[in-house]
Amino acid sequence: MHSLTKDQLLWIPNGQAGVMSLLRPLLLDVVPTIQQTAALALGRLANYNDDLAEAVVKGDILPQLVYSLAEQNRFYKKAAAFVLRAVAKHSPQLAQAIVDCGALDTLVICLEDFDPGVKESAAWALGYIARHNAELSQAVVDAGAVPLLVLCIQEPEIALKRIAASDLSDISKHSPELAQTVVDAGAIAHLAQMILNPDAKLKRQVLSALSQIAKHSVDLAEMVVEAEIFPVVLTCLKDKDEYVKKNASTLIREIAKHTPELSQLIVNAGGVAAVIDCIGSCKGNIRLPGIMMLGYVAAHSENLAMAVIISKGVPQLSACLSEEPEDHIKAATAWALAQIGRHTPEHARAVAVTNILPVLLSLYMSAESSEDLQVKVLPHDSKARRLFVTSGGLKKVQEIKAEPGSLLQEYINSINNCYPEEIVRYYSPGYSDTLLQRVDSYQPLTN
Amino acid sequence: MASLARLQARSALLGHQYYFRNSVVDAFRKKENEAAGKIQSWFRGCQVRTYIRYLHRVVTVIQKWWRSYLGKKCYQNKIKLAYHDMKMNIYNAMAVRIQKRWRGYKVRKYGFNYYYFKEYLRAISETNDAVREALDDFADMREREEKKADLEREEKKRDYAARKMHYLLSTKQIPGVYNSPFRKEPDPWELRLQKAKPLTHQRPKARKKRPHSLSSWLACTSTRSFPRSHTLPPIDRKQCQGPFRDVSDVLKQRYKPLEPTMRVAEPINSLKEARIEFRRLELSRNVQENMFLPFSSYHKKERYIPSIHLSSKYGPDAYGYHRFRDESPNKWIGGKDFQTILPSFDLFSKYGKSYSKAGQIL
Repeated sequence: MHSLTKDQLLWIPNGQAGVMSLLRPLLLDVVPTIQQTAALALGRLANYNDDLAEAVVKGDILPQLVYSLAEQNRFYKKAAAFVLRAVAKHSPQLAQAIVDCGALDTLVICLEDFDPGVKESAAWALGYIARHNAELSQAVVDAGAVPLLVLCIQEPEIALKRIAASDLSDISKHSPELAQTVVDAGAIAHLAQMILNPDAKLKRQVLSALSQIAKHSVDLAEMVVEAEIFPVVLTCLKDKDEYVKKNASTLIREIAKHTPELSQLIVNAGGVAAVIDCIGSCKGNIRLPGIMMLGYVAAHSENLAMAVIISKGVPQLSACLSEEPEDHIKAATAWALAQIGRHTPEHARAVAVTNILPVLLSLYMSAESSEDLQVKVLPHDSKARRLFVTSGGLKKVQEIKAEPGSLLQEYINSINNCYPEEIVRYYSPGYSDTLLQRVDSYQPLTN
Repeated sequence: MASLARLQARSALLGHQYYFRNSVVDAFRKKENEAAGKIQSWFRGCQVRTYIRYLHRVVTVIQKWWRSYLGKKCYQNKIKLAYHDMKMNIYNAMAVRIQKRWRGYKVRKYGFNYYYFKEYLRAISETNDAVREALDDFADMREREEKKADLEREEKKRDYAARKMHYLLSTKQIPGVYNSPFRKEPDPWELRLQKAKPLTHQRPKARKKRPHSLSSWLACTSTRSFPRSHTLPPIDRKQCQGPFRDVSDVLKQRYKPLEPTMRVAEPINSLKEARIEFRRLELSRNVQENMFLPFSSYHKKERYIPSIHLSSKYGPDAYGYHRFRDESPNKWIGGKDFQTILPSFDLFSKYGKSYSKAGQIL
């Protein structure tokens, strides 16, 4: 039985039908060890690829597994839960098939078992089922899994805590009602306590769970904040693990984006500085939630934008803009800078001082946000205008060929209106040609 | 008769004359009447015209006065209105001034207070610096802890290696591997080997890792579990002989909460505490603490006559006046006085609470 690993089955692509029909009667064997091993083999097969998982489903094995789950010992339960999880992870249809054969109730019963290994397998299976879409999550919640998951979080086993936290995160990410159900079961207090745990993977899951809860509405975000996560969450921004940092900045972003009061709270707790440092120490996609958080905070009001500016956010954002190779991160950074700069001339000057405008211009793709920034900047500040011209920005703007009537053309027109006409003409392409033409057509006055 | 004839001759003439004179006079009369009428009417006309002229003059005066009165009234109204307008304008202007100042003040103090904002931003930057410092410290501390943990692990590994290799220690006769005679000094491993205690034979078995699920099952079962030992009894032992009590009874008995007897539950100085409590209640109840004194000054005049026992100069008699314990604290061995303790009897303290059913009426 142990020899039937996935490697061998790779070489027998047509063998799955035969294997299923062989394994199925073994599940009903008298000797418990054989049952467990058969279940384990089925699990490994289903884990490997989704055709095999479909074959497991089609071979009517699931009802048998579910039926015998209730009575057997803990090794069988672990193996059966492993099979269910392996089948559920591939696609929503397979997960739906598992729900249809009544596995949810049995899995929930397994969650109440004494053995933490059984609890872990059951919780993992439920997590994979709930991950796919909102209906499946709702089915998991209706089976009464959430209070048991909250109990699982309090267990001393780290692996069990991780799985339970990732389950709660998967359940609450789909809709506000599900998140509310998770909150009503009292999950937030326990999740907030576990932020201090030294284990990195646990912190990842806990932070992701809290951010999925907080993202749906202002009330949920306020409840998360009331669990006194600040300033503890800021220490997570200094963690060595990259994903812990990313999830922590995601959590702070989801809280900051709802209302100005919540952003104010974060700013008062020194969160902006911590996020800026975190952006400085990361690379690539990890930075993205932090950048967006700065954008959201600055967008709410000009006081908050000024707070972001004095926390030295703008140099950091411009460094990001210049360094990052990826387009969407650059777009996000440009958007954040636009939010900071759009309030008053003071803000705009702070942004312009970092010489970021030519860089912005050179990003053709993110043109809308940068044009927005420029349209607001240039009418106000003569210094900014001068900077714009000397850094070759005006030249580039003339070179941008846009269709008349488009938004880009309007922006270009408003920028051109800030400057006297000769200068606009001087920088427009082909000026030297027109000059030469005039020279040609000019007849010198001969006395 | 002659006269009569004369008269009669004359009478025809008279008649004619009479008629003629009357008719002439009549003719004149009409003329004169008309003339008189004319004159009268003219005169009356003049009179009336004068009167009318007079009336006109008078009416003009009246009208003049009346119109001047109306005009003045109108003018006064206009003046009043203009004055009122002027006043209102002044008030408005003053109100605008006040509003200007007030709105400027309000906006600068409550709407956008520049100095508050500056302070706020300064406070924010200070908080930011503090947070950054704290986070840096935290990161440093964590790094240091990790390095320390790494070093300790290395140390432990090296110790264990030394203990395993203790036989490579050099003897008097044969220099060991790490103590080559060509070296100036022995290798540091040599010193380590000298300090290491050799491993005993039991060690490998004791260090064998228990299967993860089993120990964690033992670790995570709820509080209602039996005390753990590292080895479980063998499974194939004979079953213990019954009959056994119901598990719920056993557990109830095991985990019964503490119910101390009355003797233990009362504190040892309950009498003293009761006295203090009583005094405290009195204190809270009473309005003032002085005892009520008698009104009359009858007793003030009484001289106090001490008794014979108290008025002797040899001191009062020892027996009956002292307590049976000596009251000079400097002679006490311990620092504290005896305490009054009321013993209680525990006849009924175990009633209905013991495990066995002995004595219960079934």
